[in-house]
Amino acid sequence: MTGRTAGEGDAPSAGGAALDAAQRLLAGLPAAPAVWCSGLRKRYRRQIAVDGVSFTVGRGEILGLLGPNGAGKTSVIKILLGLVRPDAGEVMLLGRPAGDPYARARVGYLPELFRYQPWLTAAEVLALHVRLSHAAVPAQEQRDCLATVGLADRAGDRLGGFSKGMQQRLGLAVALVARPELVVLDEPTSALDPLGRADVRDVLLALKDRDVAVLLNSHLIGEVERVCDRVVILDKGRVAASGTLAELLGRREVRLRLGAVSAPAEARLAAAGRLTRHGDAFVVALPAEPDLTTVPDLVADLVGLGVRVHAVEPARISLEERLLDILRTGPSEEHR
Amino acid sequence: MTARTVATVAALTLQEAARRRVLRSLALLTVVLLALSAWGFSRLNAEFGGLTSGEARLAASMVLNLVMFGLSLIAALGTAFLAGPTVAGEIESGIALAVLARPVRRSAVLLGKWLGLVLFGSGFVILAGLAQFLIVRATVGYWPPQPVTGLALLAAQTTVLLTLGLLLSTAISPMASGIVAVGLFGATWVAGVVGAVGEALGNEGVVRVGTVSRMLLPTDGLWRGAMHAFQDPAILGMLGPAFEGHPFLSDAGPTPAYLAWTALWIGLVLGLTALTFQRRDL
Repeated sequence: MTGRTAGEGDAPSAGGAALDAAQRLLAGLPAAPAVWCSGLRKRYRRQIAVDGVSFTVGRGEILGLLGPNGAGKTSVIKILLGLVRPDAGEVMLLGRPAGDPYARARVGYLPELFRYQPWLTAAEVLALHVRLSHAAVPAQEQRDCLATVGLADRAGDRLGGFSKGMQQRLGLAVALVARPELVVLDEPTSALDPLGRADVRDVLLALKDRDVAVLLNSHLIGEVERVCDRVVILDKGRVAASGTLAELLGRREVRLRLGAVSAPAEARLAAAGRLTRHGDAFVVALPAEPDLTTVPDLVADLVGLGVRVHAVEPARISLEERLLDILRTGPSEEHR
Repeated sequence: MTARTVATVAALTLQEAARRRVLRSLALLTVVLLALSAWGFSRLNAEFGGLTSGEARLAASMVLNLVMFGLSLIAALGTAFLAGPTVAGEIESGIALAVLARPVRRSAVLLGKWLGLVLFGSGFVILAGLAQFLIVRATVGYWPPQPVTGLALLAAQTTVLLTLGLLLSTAISPMASGIVAVGLFGATWVAGVVGAVGEALGNEGVVRVGTVSRMLLPTDGLWRGAMHAFQDPAILGMLGPAFEGHPFLSDAGPTPAYLAWTALWIGLVLGLTALTFQRRDL
């Protein structure tokens, strides 16, 4: 089950030498991604929850999973962790097929529905999870882990008396305690106050420094924008868009307030980029790296066409706006 | 790896049983029952001082079986209501999510829970049963002929019931699984009594009710075996046909074939439980 080959530990032999060579070859290859999944599908009765989802989380990468309620984010996470059986698709965790429970040996998980044995103390819950992950983590390290999430002085208290926020902090410690190489956090800040959210952000950045991969599902777009390297946006069970933040947010735009806009002027605006209009407010989407002359030329041409220019405001699109834009217009090839 | 998971989960289940209110309620119920029986047995001795030794043995056997039935009922209730929440409750509350996302096989977690419950249920039956024997010995001077066999059969009965509870709890809600398990336990007992009455009356159709129910859920067959081990062996010969079919006297111990069927039954139900649990989306 551990994937070890027969012959390991035997006296050196021809087979042993070949095995060594194979192991050296394997060691020389780049590490398998933390998560690789392809073509995941899941249907609950007549409702399709996940429909052909594929993505990869690299080692040491923080991937944000975004999308509206019911987009299938939690279902995808549960499929990755073997908690839900997909109807189709493949999953590899840290280079092992997810069907092998040992693939989860170095995976930490904070579920969206976080509850732990109420009759145990915080320290006992951590010790239990260390035993279940077959790791050897000294007691001091477990205590440090509780301290990281701000529960150092509650280690000996039973969970029955913990608030929701404290249970979620404990859940974060559970996800971190067994020296994971991949941490999956499903809405890790849903029960936390602003201080707790800042703590989670610090934890995420510390994980990034230690080259631990993180899959983060969060509704707090600001949080995702601040810590994630890449984002996958799910909508109605499909990947609506994915890419690095630079790829997704690289697009710039220019917002204008104009009067006396004639048909030729509107055509000139549309020629500069995708145009949206609400009354006298116009927004022109620009490429990621527009020429320095694009906006001045546009304004000069508009003035030449007799347009009254009240305001010109160049802007960068926030992840929130981009997300709403993607979800409203629906998935398209342009977004992929 | 699997053995370690089984041991860890079994220890956790015992810890849960020890720390939750189940144990306290069980202990309280048991103490009440034992105290009542101690009082009853002492009255039996005082009021009927003039009983012949045979009559005293008959009374002691019958009352002992009655009290042991009470104990087995407490054990059944306790383990069924512990087995129910242990899977269904943990799935419902979300406790199962964090545990099963660890590098563990679901079947290993299930086996660990089963083992923990078996140890807990058997431990309870043996301790409470021994206490009851000592009470009977102190009050009326009766000691059952095969105490070890009897207690082992009672422990097996508890195991059968909690295995059923575990199966139900992977499929239905925690409370419902406890109720259904106890309900089936009671129904099988009644069917067993009906079958015994049929035997006394020589009605084969009625006998079959007991036989079939004893095969479907082996609790009652094991219980009748345990009774047989507790009661004085000379009683039935002494009483004659009038006492055939008595709910608290049994005319034979379980056959080896029946014990083998029980072991197979437990294995089958446990396998079915593992299969249901494996396929369940959390």
